[in-house]
Amino acid sequence: MDWIVKNLWLIPVLPMLAAGLSALAPQRCRKFSATLAIGSMVVSFLLSLCAFAHALHSVGHEGTKEVFNFTWLHFASGDAGVLKLGWVLDPLTAVMLVMVTFVGTLIFIYSTGYMAHDENFTRFFTFLSLFAGAMLGVVIANSLLLLFICWELVGLTSYLLIGFWYHKPSAAAAAKKAFITTRIGDVLFLIGIVWLYHASGTLLFYDNGQGCMEQSALVKMVAQTTGAGMAISTAIGLLIFAGAVGKSGQVPLHVWLPDAMEGPTPVSALIHAATMVAAGVFLVARVYPLMNTSLAWLSALAEPHPILPVGSPALTVITWVGAITAVFAASIAIAQNDIKRILAYSTVSQLGYMMMGLGVGGVAVGMFHLITHAFFKALLFLGAGSVIHGCHEEQDICRMGGLRKLMPITFATYAVGMLALCGVPLFFSGFWSKDEILHAAHGWNVSQVPFYLGAFGALLTAFYMTRQVARVFFRSCHPDLGRTTTSEQRTVEHGGEPASKHPHHELPPGVHESPASMTIPLVILAVCAGLLGFIGTPAWPWFQKFLEGEQVGALNFANFSEHGVVPLMIASSIIVFIGIGLGWYFFGRKGAPPPDGVDPVEKLRPDIYVLLRNKYFIDELYEATVIRFNGWFAMVCDFLDDIVWGGVVALVTCTTIGLSWVNTSIDNFVINLGFDQVCTGLRRDGSWLSLFQNGKVQRYLGVIGAALVVLVLLLIWGLKG
Amino acid sequence: MTPLIGYLLLSAFLFAIGLAGALTRRNAIIVLIGIELMLNAANLNFIAFWRFSEHPEALTGIMFVIFAIGVAAAEAAVGLALIIAIYRHYKTTNLDEVDSLKG
Repeated sequence: MDWIVKNLWLIPVLPMLAAGLSALAPQRCRKFSATLAIGSMVVSFLLSLCAFAHALHSVGHEGTKEVFNFTWLHFASGDAGVLKLGWVLDPLTAVMLVMVTFVGTLIFIYSTGYMAHDENFTRFFTFLSLFAGAMLGVVIANSLLLLFICWELVGLTSYLLIGFWYHKPSAAAAAKKAFITTRIGDVLFLIGIVWLYHASGTLLFYDNGQGCMEQSALVKMVAQTTGAGMAISTAIGLLIFAGAVGKSGQVPLHVWLPDAMEGPTPVSALIHAATMVAAGVFLVARVYPLMNTSLAWLSALAEPHPILPVGSPALTVITWVGAITAVFAASIAIAQNDIKRILAYSTVSQLGYMMMGLGVGGVAVGMFHLITHAFFKALLFLGAGSVIHGCHEEQDICRMGGLRKLMPITFATYAVGMLALCGVPLFFSGFWSKDEILHAAHGWNVSQVPFYLGAFGALLTAFYMTRQVARVFFRSCHPDLGRTTTSEQRTVEHGGEPASKHPHHELPPGVHESPASMTIPLVILAVCAGLLGFIGTPAWPWFQKFLEGEQVGALNFANFSEHGVVPLMIASSIIVFIGIGLGWYFFGRKGAPPPDGVDPVEKLRPDIYVLLRNKYFIDELYEATVIRFNGWFAMVCDFLDDIVWGGVVALVTCTTIGLSWVNTSIDNFVINLGFDQVCTGLRRDGSWLSLFQNGKVQRYLGVIGAALVVLVLLLIWGLKG
Repeated sequence: MTPLIGYLLLSAFLFAIGLAGALTRRNAIIVLIGIELMLNAANLNFIAFWRFSEHPEALTGIMFVIFAIGVAAAEAAVGLALIIAIYRHYKTTNLDEVDSLKG
């Protein structure tokens, strides 16, 4: 076994160690904790590169999945009573490792600039390192249990970081909301884990043919059915998918993700755009063999040369959830004004695309979009952070404008991210990955509706991103920008420097380009957002083949002519350009209405705009149903607790006290008194009797003599009688 | 010939003197003397009952008494040895001070 496979655990453990060390460091050790966090991430990144090189090397040979399992604990005798954990190195792990550590390192570096003025700098890096460690743990886990442990750790750090500025009530509420909402999915996930353990007897994914993602276990699970006629594997798959729905913000558990933008922007970029929310997609990809089991799969397996079909009941559900989420969230993003909230809804929408890609096309399709999205969405969030930082905590896009001249680097990189997200053809990664999802959806044999939903979502994506970029970077500056009173207060909270410290001569005062520690990661990410697409084009599908464990051939442009690839590309390009054009027509051109007036979409269709502006009233719906029911239920529980159970407890208590009182009386006045008197009598009689026993022999002799006399007298009188 | 009652009265008198001596005197040696007196009173009783029995020609009574006197001699030796031991231990022969028999 190779060194790197055995020591894969180092990758998550290093950031965790850094977190532990900087948790102990005092608050003023800012440089120490930042260096520690970035250093551990860089080492993890280098180790990840080693792992990646190893995976690359073993592609095409037998055994692309190298596992290292160890016994964690014995809870019963025999083989069944052993709980094993372990890690796995396969292309999926390798790709995710490199992505998470690389994006993580860049965001850590960015954070040193963004959080420079925050007094809780060390705490921030502690949490961030802990998150990175937990996320890497999710990635390498070869056991569903280990994955779940890290999964929950990731959820915890998400909670801690959303609520990082906990003195803001909205941040504290958002943190709670995120934690509780994901918990709903996690409970179902846990049930799925327990069921899977019950059904297959192991939680290891791969264990030389014994793992739960391998054929023998899968065949066993797909053959059994539950009550509703559903295969056990499908039911377990759907329960695990519920966990992914919670974590990845799919409908109907998406409500926490936009609120999570209350956290610092690097957190939004790392956790709520690039890595953690993608963990749900990764989870589905990791348990893909389980998801992709169906009766058709079982019968195909029996044939001598099986061609395993893609598609199963569980994947159908995943596809539909993903497609609906993609359009649903994209439509909400149209009517939002907060720069980060738009990106949050965009993230939800893109996660929907990934789920759809997994459902219709398999692991490679979904994962390719996950990787490209991680780069360009992290880029967009960091760009948004740079804008917010430069404008002194201004987040409303209607109050910005004209920033392309003031923040040229941010503008250029942001534009790259925006074009990648929209899917502008050829030179941007988002185009290739999104197009592949649409292509797979087009060829889906169950329904064409997800394809049309996806295409419509692409149109909406191009539209809202154009709206955002036009509002933020084009046209003229908003007169209040940089000197608002409300945002000044927020600046103080954030610890940012007051506007007067930056003597810019151009209007508006105080708006400035961000420091190099923030712009350099932006540039690197922008380059990646552009170039990454070329590792997965139809002509050279290296990424897809790598994930499937095959070696890729040479560059082959003939692939473009197959199965209507080119027409679909042209169609999606047209859709994108229509979206961008519409966005520019409404918001960017010279004659467009001013940003602080009525929104053009509102003018066009006020009813739809209100619906979208209020996010389809989903929060209100939950407020009126789930939360009200919860409150009512809590009241019932409180009543039960107070009156019924409390009454029973009080009754038992009073009875016990009464009984013990009776007991005490009996003890004191009956038993003790009787004993006391007996003792007194005994002592008195004993002292009287002991007069004879004075140890003097003459007394004894006298007694004997007296007794003799008495005896003789008795005998005499007895004989006479 | 003196009747039996005379011997018995003398014997009872001797016994009473011995008992009184054993009970009232504090010196252990005097107590031992009292005990010897009581023993001899009993011997005198023995002889008297034998002499006035139906078959005085068999010498059973006198044999018994001679044995008793022999045993008494041995007993006196043991008793004196005990007194010496007591004296060595307590440095006294006053029986009021020797009271370690009490529990």
